Amino acid sequence: MSEHTDCCFCAANMDEQAKYEQIAQVIDTYKEKEGSLIMVLHSAQQIYGYLPLELQKFIADRMGLPLSEVYGVVSFYSFFSMTERGRHTIRICLGTACYVRGGKKLVDALEEKLQVKVGGVTADKKFTLEVARCIGACGLAPAIMVDNDVYKTMSPATLDSMLNQY
Amino acid sequence: MNIKLTINGIPCEAPQGSTILQAAKLNGIHIPTLCYLEGIHKFGTCRICVVEVEGARNLQASCMVEAKDGMVIHTNSKRVRDARKVMYQLIVSDHNQDCLACDRNQDCELQALGRELGVTDNPYYGEKNENGIDISESVTRDMTKCILCRRCVSVCNNIQGVGVLNAENRGFSTIIAPAANQPLGASDCAFCGQCTVVCPVGALKETSHQERVWAALNDPNKYVIVQPAPAVRVGIGECFGLEPGTSQTGRLVTALRRLGFDDVFDTNWAADLTIMEEGTEFLQRVKAAVTGGKAVLPMATSCSPGWVKFIENNFPDQLGHLSSCKSPHMMMGAVLKSYYAKKIGKKPEDIYVVSIMPCTAKKTEIARPEMYNDGVPNVDAVLTVRELGDMVKSAGIDFLALPEGEFDSPLGMSTGAADIFGLTGGVMEAALRTVYEIITGRELPWPDLHVPPIVGLEQIKEATIKLEDVKPEWKILEGFEVNIAVTSGLEGARIIMDQVKAGTCKYHFFEVMGCPGGCITGGGQPRPKDIFEARKKRMEALYAEDEGKALRKSHENPALIEFYKEWGEPCGHNSHEYLHTHYVPRGKYNDLTEETFVVK
Repeated sequence: MSEHTDCCFCAANMDEQAKYEQIAQVIDTYKEKEGSLIMVLHSAQQIYGYLPLELQKFIADRMGLPLSEVYGVVSFYSFFSMTERGRHTIRICLGTACYVRGGKKLVDALEEKLQVKVGGVTADKKFTLEVARCIGACGLAPAIMVDNDVYKTMSPATLDSMLNQY
Repeated sequence: MNIKLTINGIPCEAPQGSTILQAAKLNGIHIPTLCYLEGIHKFGTCRICVVEVEGARNLQASCMVEAKDGMVIHTNSKRVRDARKVMYQLIVSDHNQDCLACDRNQDCELQALGRELGVTDNPYYGEKNENGIDISESVTRDMTKCILCRRCVSVCNNIQGVGVLNAENRGFSTIIAPAANQPLGASDCAFCGQCTVVCPVGALKETSHQERVWAALNDPNKYVIVQPAPAVRVGIGECFGLEPGTSQTGRLVTALRRLGFDDVFDTNWAADLTIMEEGTEFLQRVKAAVTGGKAVLPMATSCSPGWVKFIENNFPDQLGHLSSCKSPHMMMGAVLKSYYAKKIGKKPEDIYVVSIMPCTAKKTEIARPEMYNDGVPNVDAVLTVRELGDMVKSAGIDFLALPEGEFDSPLGMSTGAADIFGLTGGVMEAALRTVYEIITGRELPWPDLHVPPIVGLEQIKEATIKLEDVKPEWKILEGFEVNIAVTSGLEGARIIMDQVKAGTCKYHFFEVMGCPGGCITGGGQPRPKDIFEARKKRMEALYAEDEGKALRKSHENPALIEFYKEWGEPCGHNSHEYLHTHYVPRGKYNDLTEETFVVK
């Protein structure tokens, strides 16, 4: 292994350790509170990006809960993700209005452009591609959300200008 | 204080705080239920117990809603009956209806409920849960039959404190599984099998050994020996409709003989043997500790393989506390395939040993590589009490009409101390009967050889016994106060082990049985209507067995005394090779070992 990669590996480890320490702090603050698991998971996902099984074990141990209970909650709520996420999340609205105005075409076009299926992460880890059931912007249909920004009346032709902003 | 309410037009009274279901029952009105299990599980998932409460818009789940003064309730109106049928039909729509090939056929709460509700059609067809069957050495989990009642989740989490089973995913995809749907055999499951006792359908059950036992019985080259555990004799009667706590030792022996076993021995004999080995080991540890030597105390009993698996998973750095003794039926197997094999001129591989156990964890225990000697497993098959009941029926044996038989000699002889191995506090009491007498030359300082502080069904029981006027050879123990504890159920075990790990534990010796109450309500016992009543009655029956014996102290068992003359001393060379074992640190996520107990 070259010196360079060695160094990177080491930095990544530090980063990982720092994230775990931050999550540990969150747990210690809330673990005595009844029903705090969802809140802890929410924070952990924000800090770590997603909730892999190893992290769930860490949370279970530190909170004194069975892993099956933690996993049960993580797998129940669609907000929680057990797979790595991109730095940005694209949500194509497929609510009724967006669907009839071509939402499905946007899905096909983005899958093709980003070379990723819905639910997946692009190879460069930049984007997670998801679909949403109505984001409450029916007047702007078809709409796409990237993180917290809404893009209105989209078409396959306008996707590039949206993606170029990231 | 009582409240007054009207159910189905009948004026009723019930204690304040009762649910509608309890109030109805107290007044002789039956409301059908499915997921509810009194004292164990109250979750309101199945909605079968719905009733109409006047003034309430929706039907109410009677197991969840408190009965209030002045309530007017209808448990059998058309609206209620129709709703229950639809609920039932929807549950059945995602249930594998291969009932003829299910071993819960005619012993299935879902099946019985359909009959009770008068369901005659099955209108809902659709997608079915396609999760496969997960077979571990002990427990088989079939999610195609699961109705998501979550009784197993309650016993696993709230009663046993193990928490291996929980609901995961959502909606139609929901399953009850170990985390990440890993196989039970690769999880931190203790295999106590309490989930198999409460499962209303065939979703959780013991992994069957019936076929392999039939095969051995039909193999002319096998010499097949059977041994039932102490608690089997007070459980087996319930397979044939007898009340809990009806001892059936004599008929049990006859039934086993008629099934075709070549020898019918008694795990009780090996329970007496265990006391000699474990008592000797404890005295060696105490002696070493008192004289400043190296000794791990407290020592914990090791007869319960569910408890052993639990400590291996949860306290892998504390295994030195476990007694090195194998459990009694494993000791019996090891003796049968060595000492006894020589006596009858057989090779160990031609002997087939079947244990009848109130336990599912024993099925995993026999698969452990540590439980082999001379290249063969100590025990070849473990049947639960339920499985034996099925085999007896299947063989056309009319159990209740059987004459009483007697165990074969010499390994069928036992003392009362062995009988109480099957209930919480029994192993400790049996050990004390012998150890106290070895040290002081006197019987235990309580009436009737019992140790009252450790009798009963509390979660953790304690006692202190002061050793006074000891025999000259035990002078070093004069005035020594032995602190003992007894717990049953794995939640209690965790409480004690947390103290052990923290270094705050004051005990010298503690007994753990993996199931609440001990083997009398083990995971392999018949499924009683009322587990709490069954536990009490089976306990009383085992104490009665003990009290009815002429000999009640293990060291007085004449067959055992003869055995040791040839075998050598307790904890001697032969004992070490055949009767003692070691344990495997596994870790909570089995991360410390490659070994799993997955069958398929």
